[in-house]
Amino acid sequence: MYRHLALAATMATGLAAGHAQAQQTEILNVSYDIARELYAAINPAFLEQWDGEGELTINQSHAGSSTQARAILQGLQADLVTFNQVTDVNILAENGFVAEDWQDRFPNNASPYYSLPAFMVREGNPQGVEGWADLARDGVSVIFPNPKTSGNGRYTYLAALAWAEEEFDGNEEEVQSYMRDFIGNVEVFDTGGRGATTTFVERGIGDVLITFEAETLNISEETPGYEVVVPAQSLLAEFPVAIVDRVAENRGTEEIARAYLDFLYTTEGQEIVASFNNRVNDESVMEANADRFPEVELFTVEEEFGSWAEAQEAHFASGGSYDQLLRN
Amino acid sequence: MMARAVLIALALAFSVLFIVLPVAAIFTRAFADGPGAWIAAVTEPETLAAIRLTVLTALIVVPVNIVFGLAAAWAIARFRFPGRRALLVLIEVPFAISPIIAGLCFLLVYGAYGPVGGALQPLGIQLMFNLTGIVLVSLFVTCPFVMREVLPALSVSGEDEEHAALTLGASGWQVFRLVTLPNITWPLVYGAILATARAIGEFGAVSVVSGAIRGQTMTLPLQIELLYNDYNTTAAFAAATVLALLALVTLVLRGIVDAIQPARGATP
Amino acid sequence: MPALQTTIGALSRRRRSPLPGLGLSLGITVTFVTLIVLVPLAGLFWQLAQLGPSDYLFIVSDPRTLAALRITITAAAAATLVNGTFGLILAWVIVRYRFRGRAALDALVDLPFALPTSVAGIALVALYSENGWIGSLLEPLGLQVAYAWTGIVIAMTFTSIPFAVRAIQPLIEELDPDEEAAARTLGASPAQTFLRVTMPQLLPGILTGTGLSFVRSLGEFGAVIFIAGNRPFETEVASLLVRIRLDEFDYPAASAIAGTLLGLSLILLVAINVAQTRIYRRLDGGA
Repeated sequence: MYRHLALAATMATGLAAGHAQAQQTEILNVSYDIARELYAAINPAFLEQWDGEGELTINQSHAGSSTQARAILQGLQADLVTFNQVTDVNILAENGFVAEDWQDRFPNNASPYYSLPAFMVREGNPQGVEGWADLARDGVSVIFPNPKTSGNGRYTYLAALAWAEEEFDGNEEEVQSYMRDFIGNVEVFDTGGRGATTTFVERGIGDVLITFEAETLNISEETPGYEVVVPAQSLLAEFPVAIVDRVAENRGTEEIARAYLDFLYTTEGQEIVASFNNRVNDESVMEANADRFPEVELFTVEEEFGSWAEAQEAHFASGGSYDQLLRN
Repeated sequence: MMARAVLIALALAFSVLFIVLPVAAIFTRAFADGPGAWIAAVTEPETLAAIRLTVLTALIVVPVNIVFGLAAAWAIARFRFPGRRALLVLIEVPFAISPIIAGLCFLLVYGAYGPVGGALQPLGIQLMFNLTGIVLVSLFVTCPFVMREVLPALSVSGEDEEHAALTLGASGWQVFRLVTLPNITWPLVYGAILATARAIGEFGAVSVVSGAIRGQTMTLPLQIELLYNDYNTTAAFAAATVLALLALVTLVLRGIVDAIQPARGATP
Repeated sequence: MPALQTTIGALSRRRRSPLPGLGLSLGITVTFVTLIVLVPLAGLFWQLAQLGPSDYLFIVSDPRTLAALRITITAAAAATLVNGTFGLILAWVIVRYRFRGRAALDALVDLPFALPTSVAGIALVALYSENGWIGSLLEPLGLQVAYAWTGIVIAMTFTSIPFAVRAIQPLIEELDPDEEAAARTLGASPAQTFLRVTMPQLLPGILTGTGLSFVRSLGEFGAVIFIAGNRPFETEVASLLVRIRLDEFDYPAASAIAGTLLGLSLILLVAINVAQTRIYRRLDGGA
């Protein structure tokens, strides 16, 4: 008992004193919901090759990436973010937490890897879901996370919209009707991608789960009874990373944070990232994994919607197209 | 006689169906993969950290709640002052408030965008999304427990002995320690047990103000949700057994307190 | 010396109350209540006041919000009905009958109160989902409990049963068995005796118990979210919607829904108080 009290006391002082003491350094990587396993694998690999002084601990926090961005605005002490959406880093930049030019600070617009919304269906694909058109059919029940709290959900919403715009050649009435049917088919909006997966897998709700291709492949590899369907067209989902300067400067962790993010771009880092079924930009790594990643025609947000800021304003802001579809 | 048998059968059926079986299910699922898996799950570093944080929270919250509960009960039972009834109602209000709403209220005021949190931020003081936030909401949800148990005992025990002691020259502190406290020991212990159980187990309010940092601001009830959502069902149930055991200990302690002091105002 | 000072302080206040410690105890109490209860609650009301009536109505009239409120209120009402009935039975059995396991039953009633809600949540799912002990028995009958409205009722019943039992129990303990015996001697049937003699005296306890149980159910979050399935318009409860709006950074909407829930709870508590006073007055008048 006394040992526990002592432990508790040590922890209390540790928490109170924060990171003032040298030697023992901690950094916090605040990340999106379904990246848990990925960074659980990245962290030891990074520590393995890290040669800084003292002891380094990397802490993780995962939730819907917009939820995470807001938590940082409200004081969550993140040294760096590994998000799944540009918008969520932009919010941090607008509020002075992240440098304005954050996209120029790391290669590839600061996105070390990418993925795309794909479908996971139950074994045998009983509903015959092959592409976006099938998701609006009567009687097909769909699961994807809440676009207001999850970058994952926003990609899905925009991917469906981009597909519909192409399919119906910009006929707004048809596009609206498709989106209404599609949103009407959604059974549950969880706040993050992982919650959506749990709903689909553990609770057995829904015919189709829409989430990042990486998550669909990871799940189907581990759990029998599911099939992955990659639609012929989808939306490019970039995974931006940034140092949260305001916090890192305070805590003196900028250098470590930069080293951590740089590591994601190394061949070793890219191999780990790809082993969790994310697509990467390193060509040799991609070639080695070509059989897992079918060719997909990828729309980009910039082409289809102008910019993330415009997409955000038109579709996900309060009273935007998403709100209106839900209210009707 | 018929009625007796039927009623007892109904009562037992209800409690087995609704109370015993759920707890049995926790233990069955936790040990589904054998005791080795249970030990591995409970000693996993993140779960251990969650246990530590939960214990630490209770170690801070319960003593504060005891001091507050004693002070409030003393003031309300022994003195008449304007606003006394209002004070009593305010202390009881947390009982009627959804934990989520409690969390929301704290964010609105003590969060970085709230009046208090915003004013403290330039000073580098942060109240939410860390241990302070968890402690603050835990204080809120446990607020009435000690006061509620002590107040009736204090009202019943009367002031005569205290007056006598004062007349005999005892100091205020001596009166409290030697005369008052012995009369309210068991209600105090009982209230503290309830407050501990609640501080350890609070989920909704803590989930709003915790930063959800793995191994750092995850209390055990939050860690259970996290493990459960990670399809780590066995580990989630293993962590749940720890809390279920604590709940059972609470009940045993309650039984002991009851046995020692049978006349207790029975309210949860 | 400090002791002496306290005594002097106490003596000087003797005219009002001879006991010391008013300043200290009231100081601690008021500070604590202000910081921990009053200010946070004021924050909610302040946010609501900023909202204004039209914005408030717009948020609350959102179909999803209305659905969540309807689901929460109906489920809480159903759970309260179950708890009123079984709370009375449990309290009666615990007080009136002596049988093996009575003490255990008495202790068990507090378990849902001591058990953290997230633990209760996953336990109930494990029990009532399709592959759970009870769920697997109900599934062939076409009864879905987990991830349905019924599941919400069960979670609410579980977390609030102690409130019902513990509010009714003391009143049964105080009942005078002679009154019942007298009624029986005068020719009343057991049912008549219970309805005419016993029930009126238990009414205040039943009222408090069911009222508290209803209020607790309205706000329940932890136990419910695991078993509910959380589908908007079907199994999404109001407290979860508050949480979702919070995650969306939509504080006004979160506050509007929270304020509605809170208002309901407070109105209910006041109503119970008033009703209780009336019942006691009538009982006294009749005696």
